[in-house]
Amino acid sequence: MTTATERATGPATGRPGEQVLRHRMTPRRWARELGWRHVVGVLAVLYAVFPIVYVVSASLSPTGTLTGSNELFAQVSGVNYAALGDTRFWTWMGNTLVIGVATAVGTVLMGAAAAYAFSRFRFAGRRLGLTALLIIQMFPQMLAFVAIFLLLISLGEVVPALGLNSKLALICVYLGGALGVNTFLMYGFFNTVPRELDEAAKIDGATHAQVYWTIILRLVTPILAVVALLSFISTFGEFIIARVVLQSESNWTLAVGLYGWVSSLLEANWGLFAAGAVLSAIPVLALFLFLQKYIVGGLTAGSVKG
Amino acid sequence: MSRARYKGAVAGSGTFSGAGFAVKLVLIALVDALGVFGVLAAWRAGSWGILAATVALLAAANWVYFTKRSLPLKYILPGLAFLLVYQVYVVGYTGYVAFTNYGDGHNSTKEQAVDALLVQNERRVEGSPALPLTVVESGDGELGFAVVEDGAAEVGTAEEPLEAAPDATLDGGAVTQVPGWTVLDRATVLQRQDEVTTLRVPVSDDAADGSVRTQDARTGYVFQPVLEYDEAADTMTDTATGVVYTPNDEGQFESADGEVLPVGWRVTVGFENFATAFGDDRYAGPFVKILLWTVAFAVLSVVTTFALGMFLAMVFNDPRLRGRKVYRTLMILPYAMPGFLAALLWSGMLNKSFGVINQVLLGGAAIPWLTDPWLAKLSVLGVNLWLGFPYMFLICTGALQSLPGDVYEAARIDGAGKWRTWRSITMPLLLVATAPLLISSFAFNFNNFTLIKMLTGGGPRFDDASVPLGHTDILISMVYNVSGLDGSAPRDYGLASALSIVIFVIVGVISAIAFRQTRKLEELS
Repeated sequence: MTTATERATGPATGRPGEQVLRHRMTPRRWARELGWRHVVGVLAVLYAVFPIVYVVSASLSPTGTLTGSNELFAQVSGVNYAALGDTRFWTWMGNTLVIGVATAVGTVLMGAAAAYAFSRFRFAGRRLGLTALLIIQMFPQMLAFVAIFLLLISLGEVVPALGLNSKLALICVYLGGALGVNTFLMYGFFNTVPRELDEAAKIDGATHAQVYWTIILRLVTPILAVVALLSFISTFGEFIIARVVLQSESNWTLAVGLYGWVSSLLEANWGLFAAGAVLSAIPVLALFLFLQKYIVGGLTAGSVKG
Repeated sequence: MSRARYKGAVAGSGTFSGAGFAVKLVLIALVDALGVFGVLAAWRAGSWGILAATVALLAAANWVYFTKRSLPLKYILPGLAFLLVYQVYVVGYTGYVAFTNYGDGHNSTKEQAVDALLVQNERRVEGSPALPLTVVESGDGELGFAVVEDGAAEVGTAEEPLEAAPDATLDGGAVTQVPGWTVLDRATVLQRQDEVTTLRVPVSDDAADGSVRTQDARTGYVFQPVLEYDEAADTMTDTATGVVYTPNDEGQFESADGEVLPVGWRVTVGFENFATAFGDDRYAGPFVKILLWTVAFAVLSVVTTFALGMFLAMVFNDPRLRGRKVYRTLMILPYAMPGFLAALLWSGMLNKSFGVINQVLLGGAAIPWLTDPWLAKLSVLGVNLWLGFPYMFLICTGALQSLPGDVYEAARIDGAGKWRTWRSITMPLLLVATAPLLISSFAFNFNNFTLIKMLTGGGPRFDDASVPLGHTDILISMVYNVSGLDGSAPRDYGLASALSIVIFVIVGVISAIAFRQTRKLEELS
């Protein structure tokens, strides 16, 4: 994931002569080699951006209905945003952020620790463990939502905080999926940190815990950021388990709550939904653009390592 | 742990017994305290399975963190514990439930079913005395009855059977005050009339003893079960009609002429749920259609997003192009948009009568994007293309830029044209680099519940089916609808789990084959 973006020796440009011709290009040649790329680019951007422009416009439209949102930016007002204050939107936003952040932190801590063990120690059952994780990875947790529901009923009879309709229980369920999904991504990255570093530290008398906290974790920060971000984003948009576990409206996450608005009264709630959608997309979008470089790197790292 | 501390520790004795050990001790103490609390709670609730699991986890944690021989486990255990409980156990439990008839009518154990049957079929005992009754409320707001039987006061609630209350104050034969309880006045009782008339306070812990109920909140009568359970013979007898019910293989009490009592218990039913999915007329037809559509949807989603993503990646993989960064940033916006928001947004935009696509872009057409079976499928794929192409664009860009330049030079020397180079070099190399991600993308879309649920809700509905399924439903949304957890259908956990198992098997087999193929591809290149 390191130098992929800096290396610009792509297939179309491997030929050395082309760089020189760049400044003296006839309009016809420009159109044939670069112009059409701009046409494609503009079309692709229009396709990608139109729904987003539309939702921003709809959120600013004072009529608040689906029909009234069709003329882009015909009127601009903040009534929909103000109206969110009378709903449970901000409660849901708070729930979603709490659940998302807690899950992300827990996932990073547990995933990194496990990846460290698999990467640095040689122990009986190591290969078996890695294979088991690979197999478990194939069986997404959400498929078992019925069993999760039944498990939480039983747990709730013992400790209500771990039962249905509890945010803590939902976080625990999400953390159950933490190892299966992320350990491999992290394991690959941990392996790229040279072992000589920790061996040197060990010779100096450092314990395994010191090596982990003070050396390894600092060198793998990029992958920690990626895993935290991916975990946060997937928790943010997770619907089926959240829908099954969280039952009272004040505990809902954004995905469950906004779905409720749109599915019950699409026409009338449209402005409200649009405003809510814009506000809930902002944190994810901002994080995403801010950490774009890391994410792209993380994705391709996964692809190379498999 | 600060760097200075690390240096100090390294330069010093080399042991790691200071702050680190203290932190460990505190954490373990905390875990133990919570664990003991859990054990006690499980003991109280009588949940032996949970109790055993908690004890096992606690013992494992203490052993792992206080012995020197389990170094790797120190790092793996926290994640492993969650993995075991919330993923491995849950998947295993799904496998178990798939072979039972767990669901509405078969919700509990046989014992609980017997109790429920006794409670539900109660009748006033002929000639039983009228008990003077007072409605009371406990400290935490629970309603209860205080009755006077043979001159002695007794208090109880729906959960707590009647118990003698010797320190209650009696006036005119009825209770007027009980310590620890609030006596409700007439107005409050009228307000909560429904609660009062439906309240049943058991006479004792044994459901066969019946309960006290009231209609007017002044006098109560003892109601006793019409049914009688004979534990030795394991039969239910209706005391009014004399009909004897015996347990059948389905987990219900059945009379000789085939009449069954409404509450059953869960029993294992073998492969019956799978037989229902594949063989029952109501499910088999939709199931096959949904299975085919699920596979088509997952494959086409990967193919379309990959094709568009790769095309765009190749178009923009030219360093002479100005503004690549801007294009790129704008193009990956859909990927950064949470999926559920996008699906909900598109469901509004594609609305037949009011949506922006029909009204503005198509000048007032009334195309039923989400309500026609084929158009709905097309819409689902289209929206997924919008959501997914930026991801493919990103990974293809990454992979293209790491392709070796020398093979292209060799191809050019050999006289290969642009098309030939693309077909024989770029495409295979790209596929090798991205294959694992394409497989996970397939697996993801195979279970892309959010998109289907939010965009079409599975609709339009099949017109020939009595089950809540539709033309765009995929397997996972079928599982959701069949499970009845959203209240739209009777709950059938057994069938839902069986379908989950089918999905597990399909996804597992496809992933295994695909990974094997990938490995072959990698060896070849």
